[in-house]
Amino acid sequence: MNKLNFTRRNFLKVTSSVAGGLVIGFHLPQTAEASTGGAIEINAWLTIDADNIVSIVTPQTEMGQGAFTSVPMMIAEELNIPWENVRHVMASANRHVNNDNLYTTTSTGGSRTVASRHPYMMQAGASARERLRIAAANRWGVSVDQVNANQGMLTSGSQSGSYGDFAADAAGVTLAEEPKIKAYKDWWLLGKSVKRLDIPQKTNGTATYAIDVEVPGMVYAAAQACPVPEGKLVSYDFEAVKNMPGVISAVELKQVKPVAAFTDLRSGVAIVAETWYQAKNALAVMPIVWDYGRGASITSDSQAAEAMSLISGPGTLVLNVDGNPGKNRDKGVNQEAVPGIIAASDNVVIGEVFHRPFESHATMMPPCAVADVTADRCDIWTFTQDIARSLNETADQLGRDTKNVHLHQTYLGGGFGGGYNMDVHRQAAAISAEIGRPVKVIRSREEDIAQDSQRPPIWGTYQAALGDDGLPIALTTHIVGEEKMPAFTQRSVADMPYIVANRRHEYSSVKSHIPIGYHRAPGANANGFVIEQMADELAQAGGWDPLEWRLKLTEGNEPVQRVLLAMKEKSGWTTDLGSGVGMGLALVESHGTVSGCVATVEVSRRGQIFIDRLQYFINSGYVINPLNATEQAESSAIWELSHTMTGGLQIRDGRIVNTNFDSYTMMRMADTPPKIEVHLEMSEDQWWGGLGEPTGPPTPPAIANAIFYATGKRIRSTPFSKADL
Amino acid sequence: MALTLNINGEDHVVDADSQMPLLWAIREKAGLTGTKFGCGIAQCGACTVIIDGNAVRSCNMPVAAAVGKSIRTVEGVSADNDHPVQQAWQEITVPQCGYCQSGQIMSAVALLEKNDAPSDNEIDKAMAGNICRCGTYPRIRAAIHRAAEIAKS
Repeated sequence: MNKLNFTRRNFLKVTSSVAGGLVIGFHLPQTAEASTGGAIEINAWLTIDADNIVSIVTPQTEMGQGAFTSVPMMIAEELNIPWENVRHVMASANRHVNNDNLYTTTSTGGSRTVASRHPYMMQAGASARERLRIAAANRWGVSVDQVNANQGMLTSGSQSGSYGDFAADAAGVTLAEEPKIKAYKDWWLLGKSVKRLDIPQKTNGTATYAIDVEVPGMVYAAAQACPVPEGKLVSYDFEAVKNMPGVISAVELKQVKPVAAFTDLRSGVAIVAETWYQAKNALAVMPIVWDYGRGASITSDSQAAEAMSLISGPGTLVLNVDGNPGKNRDKGVNQEAVPGIIAASDNVVIGEVFHRPFESHATMMPPCAVADVTADRCDIWTFTQDIARSLNETADQLGRDTKNVHLHQTYLGGGFGGGYNMDVHRQAAAISAEIGRPVKVIRSREEDIAQDSQRPPIWGTYQAALGDDGLPIALTTHIVGEEKMPAFTQRSVADMPYIVANRRHEYSSVKSHIPIGYHRAPGANANGFVIEQMADELAQAGGWDPLEWRLKLTEGNEPVQRVLLAMKEKSGWTTDLGSGVGMGLALVESHGTVSGCVATVEVSRRGQIFIDRLQYFINSGYVINPLNATEQAESSAIWELSHTMTGGLQIRDGRIVNTNFDSYTMMRMADTPPKIEVHLEMSEDQWWGGLGEPTGPPTPPAIANAIFYATGKRIRSTPFSKADL
Repeated sequence: MALTLNINGEDHVVDADSQMPLLWAIREKAGLTGTKFGCGIAQCGACTVIIDGNAVRSCNMPVAAAVGKSIRTVEGVSADNDHPVQQAWQEITVPQCGYCQSGQIMSAVALLEKNDAPSDNEIDKAMAGNICRCGTYPRIRAAIHRAAEIAKS
């Protein structure tokens, strides 16, 4: 279940109900802003026009995950308006930031848009509906109980009118008390498959991304930060390139702090030119002197050596888990007893080391921003998963009041967490302010991958003592990650669903100068690889079937049991498919969702891996749009499959070596398994999980487990393309 | 220098250095932004256009090499977003972030113009130059089969 961070200024009260769900008292801004085109604003979330067309605002960004459809669906459910009357509009970041965070949050990540935010979004629709009913009751001189609001129409006896007829009146209504939001059993729209509203614009080239924005008088910039992250610009020789075609100027990008935070402007330099191609060409040949800093001697091998020395020693004991809260993490766990029990046992399993490398987001749109900074105003379009955060950072960069910064939302050409730790908007704002002209900054793919806030590597292992029944009586896990985000060494491992009475988790960190960020199911995507192969190894050592082992160690955990039982009933599960063919399973809980994968693979005699079928079984509690949920399940599965089979960043002399798709390779269509199936196995029981990420984490361990049953060989690191089978 | 590009049946006179990649001439000079930049080295296919019937990566083709040829971009696939490929893409809800889809669609259109009933293998081969980070590959494959059906009906 998701934890929500509520602030007093946004919510009147937050209390826990008996069932453990959240009861939220909610304050809706009821002041309407100037309405446009005759449409009346009922509250900040929606306007209704005379033709009964409802335009619904989405404060989250759309990166393919469906926010621009899910948010309108949640509001339309409560408003009770035909879906064909719904239009989507992007939120104004400026209005949000300068009105006490009007939409509560604009952050778009952690698979939270529906899971965490449905209470207040549905509340916004319910509130508007009630105000329409009161407006009709007042005009008709009846009590509000006698007014029905259904499918865009208000009726009372023989009187009726559309929502549009009463929108102006409703805008002036103040509710004495906010209505309760609907229970699952009363949904009419949520729970149905609806096609995403953004699809038609994405089949004819009309969807606008930041890279497509044109401003009159705009010039182009190519920027470069130090190729060794944390390094600094010493000098550059603009004279050497200033006569190249189209070149206008060079702009130094000034870093303020000694070590830049992930969202600070990093030390570097940009070339401005009439076209981006000219800017990029001049930048490529301009002599630049860098101070590479502390990272210059770090390599992939030096980090691996440090990790291997750390993993054999004691790590930091995890007492309280940051990140995704597990449903059973504190149940009967005795941390202190673990080393003694393992030392005294004569049935110990000692795991080898599992490893996942650095990976980059490599969104199909390289990071890009357009800024138009004038004396009293800044307009900006940028790659961001949080429009308010980027607006605030732009204002900070320029030293301006947020009231004068206008960030315009665009579609994102992929996000996957990459739109958080980003400084491209600061680059564009700084350059435009300096040259006094609008500018578009586009990152080359090489600069994108070199400077991205990467997914950190992990090395992980375990030790267990088994009891007479072959089940673990004591278990310790140890994940070595990097130093800047230690929470990633804990998620989905410290809080794994398997209950072992004596259990501890430790973590350690290697030194690293590489910027780190959220990367589709952060932490879980790497740690699941360790835990779910460990589960198979422990099951095998104890003489248990891997599926029965998991069922036994999660007894009483209904959300997990539901998924495991579905796998058992529907997947055709067997560990005995004959030589060269194998079935493997894995289950990882992340983002409040339990996600299981059953993989069927064939390994040729020459060691080539063919993935025939991937079956997913997901329990997120509720699902509001099965079609969108299925699309996201496929997407996060293939995302992680790509990082399973190929990929992996290499570091030499402190810099990322493989910075474009010729060397940092991606899965392509021919590598896609012929069969990917998604089964939605919902508990429908007072909790909501996210759906944008959870099918990633179980994918690599399920495939590794399947390869084990096909070949007897265990793969302990990715990419599998490098495995010796 | 002034170069004449025939894009979607219309002549565009663009002022560009002859070595400028066609992609940037299409986007920044002709103002057609449906064609996308992804890698600059013809590895990802986001910049795919159709030149004289063939799917081509416009990011590393010099603009001068496209003079006198027929260039088609996603904007020219249909007037009403109803080409069989576009219909199938909408029916099977292919796009997610959508950024690679102009290139995917152009590769698919070029394939279907040469082969009106491609097999899975033929689809995999024709689409091998296009990366999708959202992982819409299974839906693209299904949509190409569906587009072939729509085109026949």
